[in-house]
Amino acid sequence: MQDAERIAARAVERHRREPSQLLQILIETQDGIGHLPVESLTRIAELLDLPRSRVEGVAGFYSFLYAEPVGRYRILFSDNIIDRMLGSRELMERLCRRLDVAPGQVSAGGEASVDTTSCTGMGDQGPAILVNGLAVTRLDEARVERIASLVAAGTPLAEWPAEYFHVDDNIRRRGVLLGEDFVPGAALQAAMVRGRHGWLEEVRMSGLRGRGGAGFSTAVKWMACSEAAGADKVVVCNADEGEPGTFKDRVLLASQAERVFEGMTLAAWATGARQGLLYLRGEYRYLLKHLRAVLAVRRAAGLLGARILGEGGFDFDIDIHLGAGAYVCGEETALLESLEGKRGTPRIRPPFPVTHGYLGRPTVVNNVETLAKTTLIALQGGAAFAATGTAQSTGTKLLSISGDCAYPGVYEYPFGVTIAHVLEDCGAHDPQVVQVGGASGVTIAGHEFHRRIAFEDVPTAGAFMVFDGRRDPFEMARNFVHFFAHESCGFCTPCRVGTALLKGYMDKLASGKGAKMDLADIEWLDRLLKNASHCGLGSSAPNPVIDTLVKFRPAYERRLVSLDFKPAFDLDAALETARRMTGRDDPAAHLDWREEV
Amino acid sequence: MGGKFLFDGQPVPFEDGQTILQAARAAGHYIPHLCWHPDFPPHGSCKLCIVKVGGRHVSSCALPARDGMEVESDTPEINGERRALLQMLFVEGNHFCPSCEKSGNCQLQALAYELDMSSARFAHFYPDRPVDASHPDVLLDFNRCIFCELCVRASRDVDHKGVFALTDRGIRKHLVVNAESGRLADTDFAVGDRAADICPVGVILRKRVGFAVPIGERKYDEASISTVAMEKGE
Ligand SMILES: Cc1cc2nc3c(=O)[nH]c(=O)nc-3n(C[C@H](O)[C@H](O)[C@H](O)COP(=O)(O)O)c2cc1C
Ligand code: SF4
Ligand code: SF4
Ligand code: FES
Ligand code: FES
Repeated sequence: MQDAERIAARAVERHRREPSQLLQILIETQDGIGHLPVESLTRIAELLDLPRSRVEGVAGFYSFLYAEPVGRYRILFSDNIIDRMLGSRELMERLCRRLDVAPGQVSAGGEASVDTTSCTGMGDQGPAILVNGLAVTRLDEARVERIASLVAAGTPLAEWPAEYFHVDDNIRRRGVLLGEDFVPGAALQAAMVRGRHGWLEEVRMSGLRGRGGAGFSTAVKWMACSEAAGADKVVVCNADEGEPGTFKDRVLLASQAERVFEGMTLAAWATGARQGLLYLRGEYRYLLKHLRAVLAVRRAAGLLGARILGEGGFDFDIDIHLGAGAYVCGEETALLESLEGKRGTPRIRPPFPVTHGYLGRPTVVNNVETLAKTTLIALQGGAAFAATGTAQSTGTKLLSISGDCAYPGVYEYPFGVTIAHVLEDCGAHDPQVVQVGGASGVTIAGHEFHRRIAFEDVPTAGAFMVFDGRRDPFEMARNFVHFFAHESCGFCTPCRVGTALLKGYMDKLASGKGAKMDLADIEWLDRLLKNASHCGLGSSAPNPVIDTLVKFRPAYERRLVSLDFKPAFDLDAALETARRMTGRDDPAAHLDWREEV
Repeated sequence: MGGKFLFDGQPVPFEDGQTILQAARAAGHYIPHLCWHPDFPPHGSCKLCIVKVGGRHVSSCALPARDGMEVESDTPEINGERRALLQMLFVEGNHFCPSCEKSGNCQLQALAYELDMSSARFAHFYPDRPVDASHPDVLLDFNRCIFCELCVRASRDVDHKGVFALTDRGIRKHLVVNAESGRLADTDFAVGDRAADICPVGVILRKRVGFAVPIGERKYDEASISTVAMEKGE
């Protein structure tokens, strides 16, 4: 057990005893031990001079940090509705059988644990799993059988078939961003020629809006940060990409990392920031090596570090932080808390990150795609960028397309493209429903396929999930409700309790015990979540339920057993113990006996 | 700078930096609250203080007042939502008020009376939260925690001890204390700490003084929570 303390101490020293590195320290400590035993937390707290309770609170927040031992092989099945449609549930049952382990448990010999996890961002090549944090794609029965054998034999991951860990980019449609070659440094040079103000002006003219969901003007954000008081400004790249069904940032990080980092550097040029942080979701950990290598190349080329491209006073460098399984950390203020080594709880706003961000310093937080797009503006100018797209949504948008279609993958379209057009391109044969924007997005029914992808019509952070006639919109909504209940940070009452209650109602309906009154309660909860939640997670959690209730109400109503109240638990089943104790099983010992006579 | 806003139709002056709730209180208007406390910065978690400004819901304890705002607070709509938030807090914990030492002094219970909450409406979660009786002077009954974090804040920012913290997340979120054993007795918590008498509900309870004042003669038995809050500044 002293081992655990030694491993913990080494992780703390690697991070120079910096309390803001707590999450990274916990991740590395767990890498060395397998989980986080109590004494490791105590040691970390001592060395960082933090209350132990605070360290325990942080460790307990993140799904990928474990207080109890897990299997030597820790296998997590991506549980998005798309993975389920591809057979993930059956495959998980099969693996559990082969490994003789129940879901959520550790096998008797400690070799394996199998569980589910929120969408891992592999919807175009699922069903997907994470094995000890590394992505494995395209699972099928053969792979499951083979994995079971590899686990049973104790084969190290390094000796597993390499193709299991292969992640495809699946780029199906290229626009200006994905289609053109990029020479590292060229965008930066162009922006520097314009001067900091000229560059900001160019961004303003481009009309670029954030691609992370909210669609906030990038120029306004950058100007606010640039004007904020304080010298130590920060640029943060939000690569948390936790929205179920979204994977375009993963493809950008894999294939366009130069553009992403150059975009961060362009933001630094605009704002005067000297520090850059990229928050990489834990699910994309396999990209870490590649990203660090790109950073090293850019440093060597004088594109990062002191005096960038020889410009005195332009110093900027980028660090990568790992997340550990928490969707809410994609919300920008929760992300800042997480970067500071805290629980991922969204902050009270105002103040906004542009004035009080990372460690209280003025901070720009931008999505991966937003930052990559700024390289286009630098190279072509703002006006050329604004020439594509629509009036309020300039440029192109990357869509992550998955579900019932022939060609899932990443598509780059000018804003304004119709949903029908996209469906045609991706080979959707019998589309009935499209969920645009992920679990928190909009449910689009057939009669709305003429609508356009744009902030002024159907906005999206990038997810585009297609469902054909075999699918049930209710089950889609139920899957998303489970997701939100699992991912609620638990800070505010409506979301913490409301998502858990909503999950209970949806499960009650699914088990065929629903009553009309439950629909009224569901609608009441939807409204409380929308109105009273502290952050976007809670306020958008009811979206799929609200939309499907309006557009596919029969999918709910055919699940109701009665029009009156029906308790969530089975009263008759609850009497079973009493029946056994009294040795009775006659009709009068059953609750519904009265109804039968 | 400062200015004036309309609170349920009545003009309320404010000074720069004041939140809606602070300014409203100063002008004699009560807004329900649980996680807000006059001695601490706003926390924004319970959401009992929600009001509508320009048609949008906001947390009045956290949002700075602005000139010309129109704030709706004491309306059937908002009070209905507040009642539902109380119901949520009741069903997520285990609140058996008749046997609770805090009954009559409990802000959750008092607000339930204030807002006419007559049933729990939702299904109870019945969480399993064992009590911690290890400390010689104080008992922790986690069953009643509403996660206002007042004890966390008081212990961290006033007592400088960090005795309390929250761990896990979502509906599994819960309070822990600053000891590897998980027992309050193994922390440096003392009955004189600010954190010892800050809990608005019946979690942090002094031993040996229980029921000294009989139920029926306690703070909120005598006067409603809105009266107590406004007259005694609590
Ligand atoms: C629950 C929640 C999750 C979010 N997840 C992400 C995410 O994974 N990636 C992202 O870029 N933005 C995410 N956002 C939006 C961010 O808060 C923020 O608006 C965005 O990073 C700003 O960058 P942009 O202006 O470039 O879009 C999320 C928001 C919420 C409320
Ligand atoms: S809405 Fe949900 S995720 Fe957001 S702060 Fe509240 S509990 Fe946390
Ligand atoms: S113990 Fe009391 S003061 Fe502490 S968080 Fe819970 S309800 Fe609030
Ligand atoms: S009093 Fe404002 S959120 Fe609790
Ligand atoms: S009456 Fe006991 S916690 Fe409120």
